[in-house]
Amino acid sequence: MIINGVAIDDTFAEAFGMRGIRLIITAYNETWALNSANAMTGFATSVIACGAEAGIERVLSPAETPDGRPGVSVLVFAVSSKELIKQIERRVGQCVLTSPTSAIFAGLDEGDPVPLGKTLRYFGDGFQTSKQIGGKRYWRVPVMDGEFLVQDTARMVKAVGGGNFLVLADTQVQALEACEAAIREMRKLPEVVMPFPGGVVRSGSKVGSKYKALSASTNDAFCPTLRGATKSELDERIGAVLEIVIDGLTDASVKKAMEVGMREVCKIGAAGGIRRLSAGNYGGKLGQFQYHLREILS
Amino acid sequence: MSALVFTLRNAPAQRVDAGALNPTALAGLSVADIAALTLQIGKRTVRVDEVFTLEGDDTADLVFRGDCGKFERIGAGMKSGRVTVEGNAGAYVGQGMLGGTIAISGNAGAFCATGMKGGRIEVAGDVAEFAGGAIPGEMKGMAGGLLLVGGNAGERLGDRMRRGQILVSGNAGDYCGARMIAGTIAVAGTVGAYPGYLMKRGTLIVNSLPTQMLPGMVDCGPHRLGFLSLLYASWKGLPGAFGALDASACTVRRYMGDMGVVGRGELLVRA
Repeated sequence: MIINGVAIDDTFAEAFGMRGIRLIITAYNETWALNSANAMTGFATSVIACGAEAGIERVLSPAETPDGRPGVSVLVFAVSSKELIKQIERRVGQCVLTSPTSAIFAGLDEGDPVPLGKTLRYFGDGFQTSKQIGGKRYWRVPVMDGEFLVQDTARMVKAVGGGNFLVLADTQVQALEACEAAIREMRKLPEVVMPFPGGVVRSGSKVGSKYKALSASTNDAFCPTLRGATKSELDERIGAVLEIVIDGLTDASVKKAMEVGMREVCKIGAAGGIRRLSAGNYGGKLGQFQYHLREILS
Repeated sequence: MSALVFTLRNAPAQRVDAGALNPTALAGLSVADIAALTLQIGKRTVRVDEVFTLEGDDTADLVFRGDCGKFERIGAGMKSGRVTVEGNAGAYVGQGMLGGTIAISGNAGAFCATGMKGGRIEVAGDVAEFAGGAIPGEMKGMAGGLLLVGGNAGERLGDRMRRGQILVSGNAGDYCGARMIAGTIAVAGTVGAYPGYLMKRGTLIVNSLPTQMLPGMVDCGPHRLGFLSLLYASWKGLPGAFGALDASACTVRRYMGDMGVVGRGELLVRA
């Protein structure tokens, strides 16, 4: 399959079942909502060492938030319910509770419970008070700039982590610009985040390493500087490979994001130095979800 | 099906317990069965159809017509459905109610919504003393749901209230929110003396300071409280003074108290 001069590999992205949650952070203005959301979703690129993968889903207008202030919707993913609960407690406690004027609310109404204010309220040292409004419980925790308003419980759902595609281009800059274009479009979609810096990752990994302590190591088959020295997947024209990783609340949303991103890259096409689209997988043995590139683009 | 209408033949001289005439208790009964139920009026036991004429057949939608000011416990313990009183209702309206709606076009007697756990009671007129309050011997009054009062409320509104919301479009009497454990009371008009007497937790929202304030209510200054925007938004569209509040106008002067007891309650005076 070739689209606009871009060869689509007959392969698939392999993704994993994760636990995902949406939270809504509001503040006095968008800047402070973003300050809090950026901190909360920081250092959350890969579950391998961060404990969670997270990102900003989108900025919300005052009309879309529970308390009528500017807000940000964030998505956080982890490998288990227990880990997600731990990550939420830490991240909300350190990055939202601490952020001036902030408040945080559940962004999903259905799913398994995740304590939010239920545990953070104890910061109030007995001065915290709860309110039930519209069947939901909120906590008001006194802080130095007023009150931190936090919903008692949020909800998490079964989600998908690790949808991906690889952009193979003539040069590093061409690969990067194509990925930037793809990310711009993908960020308009609901229910997904691209957790790596700027949405793009350069250090694709393979399972295993020559070093016993490491469970994963550089994907040498896609490293252009090793083209002659290893069993390379790259032909002589490919100068750089970049990957976009997608975590989503549903199978369909991940698939949609992959499609939108890949189509955007294909628009640039061979004229812009884009040669191939591929994807990362583990032979289909590890992940519960497979996204076949040709199927998605057909 | 049409609403089951109980039209009062003659107003009784004594108080009558009408608690059995609610949608939950009457579910599944035929009109003939309902007509044969008995009520206690003083020392006399009388059939329902001796007191009311019955019309219609929908037991989930009951209507009482006539001056029912002597009929107590209307809608008590109901779990769903609707009860409409076209006129006044007696004491203990919606006692222990779990769900559904009671609408009263006139006034309601004392202890309206006592022990209520869910649902909604709308009183277009006034409620007498102890609305949402605990009856003697009970540890708590209203424990959930919404009581809407179009007129005024008597003394001791929300006494020992545990949870839920009471919204009064008119004035409230003395000792509003006395011994309150939790929950929310909002009064659009004036409140009488000493609101929040011995209140432990909970929120009283008023538009102006009471004439006599407890020394145990301490001034914490003017603040913007974010939870109010959620609260006001949840009231949007309700009949009365609270249905059209600006959800962003949530700056209030906060008094905490009653410091004579736990002191985690609050009296919020709207700016």
